[in-house]
Amino acid sequence: MSNDDDRYYVPHGSHWPIVGSAGLFFLMIGVSVWLNGGDTGFWVMLSGAAIIIFMLIGWFGEVIAESEGGRYNNQVDMSFRMGMFWFIFSEVMFFCAFFGALFYARNMSVPWLGGDSNNFFTNFIVWDGFESTWPTNGPGNIGGDFEAMGPFGLPLINTAILLTSSATVSVAHHALLHGQRALLKVSLAATFILGFIFVILQAEEYIEAYQHMNLTMSSGIYGSTFYMLTGFHGMHVTIGAIMLTVMWLRVMKGHFTPTKHFAFEATAWYWHFVDVVWVGLYVFVYWM
Amino acid sequence: MSTIVADDHDLHVDHSHDGPVKGWRRWVYATNHKDIGTMYLIFSLAMFFSGGLMALIIRTELFTPGLQFIDPAFFNQMTTMHALIMVFGAVMPAFVGLANWMIPLMIGAPDMALPRMNNWSFWILPVAFSILGSTLLMPGGAPASGWTMYPPLVLQTGDAFPFLIFSIHLMGLSSIMGAINVIVTIINMRAPDMTLLKMPMFVWTWLITAYLLLAVMPVLAGAVTMLLTDQFFGTSFFLAAGGGDPVMFQHIFWFFGHPEVYIMILPAFGVVSEIIPTFARKPLFGHDSMVYAASSIAFLSFIVWAHHMFTVGMPLTGQMFFMFATMLIAVPTGVKVFNWTATMWKGSMTFETPMLFSLGFLFLFTIGGFSGLMLAIVPADIQYHDSYFVVAHFHYVLVPGSIFGLMAAVYYWLPKWTGHYYNERQGQIHFWLSTIFVNMTFFPMHFLGLAGMPRRIPDYSTQFSDFNSVASIGAIGFGLSQLLFVYIVYQCAQKKGPKATTAVWDNPQGLEWTVPSPAPYHTFDTPPRITSSTAFS
Repeated sequence: MSNDDDRYYVPHGSHWPIVGSAGLFFLMIGVSVWLNGGDTGFWVMLSGAAIIIFMLIGWFGEVIAESEGGRYNNQVDMSFRMGMFWFIFSEVMFFCAFFGALFYARNMSVPWLGGDSNNFFTNFIVWDGFESTWPTNGPGNIGGDFEAMGPFGLPLINTAILLTSSATVSVAHHALLHGQRALLKVSLAATFILGFIFVILQAEEYIEAYQHMNLTMSSGIYGSTFYMLTGFHGMHVTIGAIMLTVMWLRVMKGHFTPTKHFAFEATAWYWHFVDVVWVGLYVFVYWM
Repeated sequence: MSTIVADDHDLHVDHSHDGPVKGWRRWVYATNHKDIGTMYLIFSLAMFFSGGLMALIIRTELFTPGLQFIDPAFFNQMTTMHALIMVFGAVMPAFVGLANWMIPLMIGAPDMALPRMNNWSFWILPVAFSILGSTLLMPGGAPASGWTMYPPLVLQTGDAFPFLIFSIHLMGLSSIMGAINVIVTIINMRAPDMTLLKMPMFVWTWLITAYLLLAVMPVLAGAVTMLLTDQFFGTSFFLAAGGGDPVMFQHIFWFFGHPEVYIMILPAFGVVSEIIPTFARKPLFGHDSMVYAASSIAFLSFIVWAHHMFTVGMPLTGQMFFMFATMLIAVPTGVKVFNWTATMWKGSMTFETPMLFSLGFLFLFTIGGFSGLMLAIVPADIQYHDSYFVVAHFHYVLVPGSIFGLMAAVYYWLPKWTGHYYNERQGQIHFWLSTIFVNMTFFPMHFLGLAGMPRRIPDYSTQFSDFNSVASIGAIGFGLSQLLFVYIVYQCAQKKGPKATTAVWDNPQGLEWTVPSPAPYHTFDTPPRITSSTAFS
């Protein structure tokens, strides 16, 4: 702990943000060129991603060093907590857009295409014979006949995995608070291992869907919402599992005390957030 | 009137810190809120002139009927880019710049809560706008679908399409990080005795704005992501044949888009609420009711989005709900206008440039508010929709609303930033030129719209000629007047004017007037004391 504990730590200049901006520049340009069919874009994209990974390691490394060096007083710690909390809120709103699309399709656009409300002539003239059902790939049968993903099997196993991991991360948190480092190490390791297993099973589910069920991103609105929701969720699980792994490595190095462990707690919040999103997904995408 | 300790400057200024580093590193590696605020303001000024140039290209083409200077495709690119640049590049970053400069000074904080992230929020913007600007040179040209990016039209954009989407993502990323920083700073960094209801109005309106940003920028990111996957990955979000719906995009977009217009005006409300009390020499009338009004406006902004879509097809109950919810916004807005007016009642008023711009704001924003009320009425909107009446409406709330708020803020705080007064006479000339030309530009558009002239069209029927010529002359006059603004600010930054005192104005209220002018590089390293519990309440 530094001796001027009441002073808010304001870092002097940092070069990491501009490195991050350079990375974003190359990443975005690269992806765009690649999507437009330019092959060089792929490599530009990779170099941008590499710069961003370099930035993340460097920036977080600097913050961890400052934290372990006792530069952060309780007020700084509170700033980080609030920042993480509101960041997660913005993530929730991002998922809201896609859940909104799902609800809109199921309750409005698909029934309307089937002639619901005052859309009799839409159905009669444009899509004669289309009946509103869910799941659907629309009146144009976009992507061809497909089989919908049911709630049992892999999705149910994945639900159990993610809920278990949410419990293990809570156990890890309690262990940290009570100084039980051995239990902390084991339960945190269990958490990120469960996280990676989830990602692997999700990939398995996608392979199954593409190879045997003809359920693809092009399977109309069902395929669109299914893959975008589960895909973005899977991406967040991957990021969360990487964060948990980093926390585990820090625990192994002896970081965190029962009173100061913002990064651990932020990661735990993030993990609970992906868990809650999954519950919403399981109910509205797989089950209902 | 000031209830804030002003006699212990030295407590606020820490001389042990070194000053700014020399050279480019000061700006590129900046973590100082004042440096970052300055960069935001200069960046937004550059974007204001870029977007303004596009507006002048539009008005030049529209000076007379017929096609004379540019082809229609390029005209559409200009309307689209003008809007995107002005919304995301000029108005929003300018208010973030003000927030950076002023919020720590107004709440007695040493800096923004997360200074490195603050730097990144800014330095993403040049990346985003260089990507967006580069689309002008691409095959197929810049995006031309309007800033609303409705599918399926936007899906016809050429090579520019993914660049458009990703630049929007980057702008959203910047705004979200900026908003998080503002929220955390305000909630966590206030001087010990500054309770929430003692905060200055500018801080309050920015707090509310930051929550709006956090809630809607991710939704915009989601909407444009769906456009991207519809275009490149075969999804059917906006494709009826696949069970999707192009109208769904409009719903998601305007769920972002309507709070967005309050994001652009609420900080201006805050600015005006700071300035009018200073020059009326009275405390703000109804401080707490201003807070509740701004919060109500923010809440209502989430449940009115479909008033942008009355003609697109929606159940009657939906139209009724969105009509009445929209008209309800007039109530808290009326509270604010009433309070500003009541603040001036029996005040001992003077009319320096910031006050003139605030009064211009008060009158002209209210006109924009009234035309908004007209547009909220469904049967009337069906007539006004997509006409120049709409253009007149939103330019009245954005130019003499947001932009005048920004101008007022710059004149008000410039002496605190530079340590010198600007040239008052030139400032007032700038105000009168701006006010005359802004009305000359946008007032005739009401008549054009009511007479049936459609927006976003490079040519028009001959009976619209006279008003269009007037509007074009006004636009060029307004654009040229802003060069005077740059000149005045530059002269002030070069310290040409008389030296400013610590208080700058006649006994203004607020912590920012207790630090020297110019504000030292580091302020409030130890929290200031607020003596009276009546400050700002």
